[in-house]
Amino acid sequence: MVVRVKVNDDWREAEVWPGASLLTFLRDRAGLYGSKNACEQGECGSCSVWLDGTLVCSCLVLAAQAHEREVRTVEGVTASDRLHPIQEAFIEAGAVQCGFCTPGFIVAVADLLQKDPTPSPATVREALSGNLCRCTGYQKILDAVSIAASRMGGKP
Amino acid sequence: MDVLLPHSLDEALGLKAERPEAIPIAGGTDLMVDLNFGRRRPPTMIDVSRVPELAVWHEDDGQLFLGAGLTYATIVREMPEFKPLVQASRSVGSPQIRNRGTVGGNLGTASPAGDALPVLAAYDADVVVRSRARGERSMPWHAFITGPKKTALAADELILGVRWRRRRGPGSFSKIGTRNAMVIAVAGLCLVIDEDGHHVNVALGSVGPTILRASEAEQQIAGAMESSGAWKDPFITLPDAVIDQFGDLVAAAAKPLDDVRGTAAYRRHGCRVLARRAITWALDERRLPAWL
Repeated sequence: MVVRVKVNDDWREAEVWPGASLLTFLRDRAGLYGSKNACEQGECGSCSVWLDGTLVCSCLVLAAQAHEREVRTVEGVTASDRLHPIQEAFIEAGAVQCGFCTPGFIVAVADLLQKDPTPSPATVREALSGNLCRCTGYQKILDAVSIAASRMGGKP
Repeated sequence: MDVLLPHSLDEALGLKAERPEAIPIAGGTDLMVDLNFGRRRPPTMIDVSRVPELAVWHEDDGQLFLGAGLTYATIVREMPEFKPLVQASRSVGSPQIRNRGTVGGNLGTASPAGDALPVLAAYDADVVVRSRARGERSMPWHAFITGPKKTALAADELILGVRWRRRRGPGSFSKIGTRNAMVIAVAGLCLVIDEDGHHVNVALGSVGPTILRASEAEQQIAGAMESSGAWKDPFITLPDAVIDQFGDLVAAAAKPLDDVRGTAAYRRHGCRVLARRAITWALDERRLPAWL
């Protein structure tokens, strides 16, 4: 079936198997490899994207469910060529080890800071509870969130 | 394989009547896993996530209605006064999962580990379903869930939601798992007190083939509150032995199995602990001043 999705402000159209996930559409049809394919069961958060502004695991969304809807991926967190302050904070804090989980975390952190620009430590932990880092570099990820939050000063 | 994309309830019911084999998909948190792993290949799916009539909740004449398409994130955001339901909703998966997973999904999948289900059972909820041919019907939750992952939903029907009478009184949902997030319950318990009817309702999840009610325990504790006068005077405390016996009776109501997430003995013990905590919280809450 043909699925048409507005991805990072551009309409993308592709033929997909009706049982294909939005993640498959993004990676294999739209050529956007930022969203990672790991667990395929919503456990790891590596494929996190926004569907009509809501944070979701793209592996659990049927591509057809995103038909005629808007998706933002990690590639779309910033419109310019410069890194987003959250991405800079991750580099600065050493929150990127193997890097596989990083795109999912960037999206989840951006979602959190949009809703709560000055989150408490407990709020950060709950907001990131759906993202796994198999290098277990969680402390530096939490450090990166505080750097990003203080630097963004309440601006998403 | 085919995916149907209705935009209204009428359209969805019409499509379901024409294509009764179509499997409904909303948040996809169960069905997509099966698709991704090649465990299921439904010939047709019907996406109910865009049906606006399903994504609602309202309260009329003391009856609360929860639409099947309501996500757990929406419940947490919009329904703070429904505490046990919010506690259960907040314990589902992760933010990403709560943004997608729906009450209707818990009902349709009918897994004993569905976190919302003990709450529906504790409130004696009715499940409301509809077909184009026969219209609407409703049935008690235990008549809807007929076995593990089995329901009484007819092939041409869709789940509209659940309805229950709002009770005055405290309650809670709690569960046991290896983490606070992203965990399928090893045991889950919802306890609600009905101050007007003098009932204590206790429902258990993940410790049997379906959701279970601990009827003997319910009668024991309500009876102890009656004979001690605690229903009238919340400052009358129940002896520890009564609370312990309540825990034992709740544990006895469980029908657990050994599986990868826990042993039967651990689950039964978990029920006992959850029950003692839940009744203690509820009795404490009854002593709080009304303005708090």
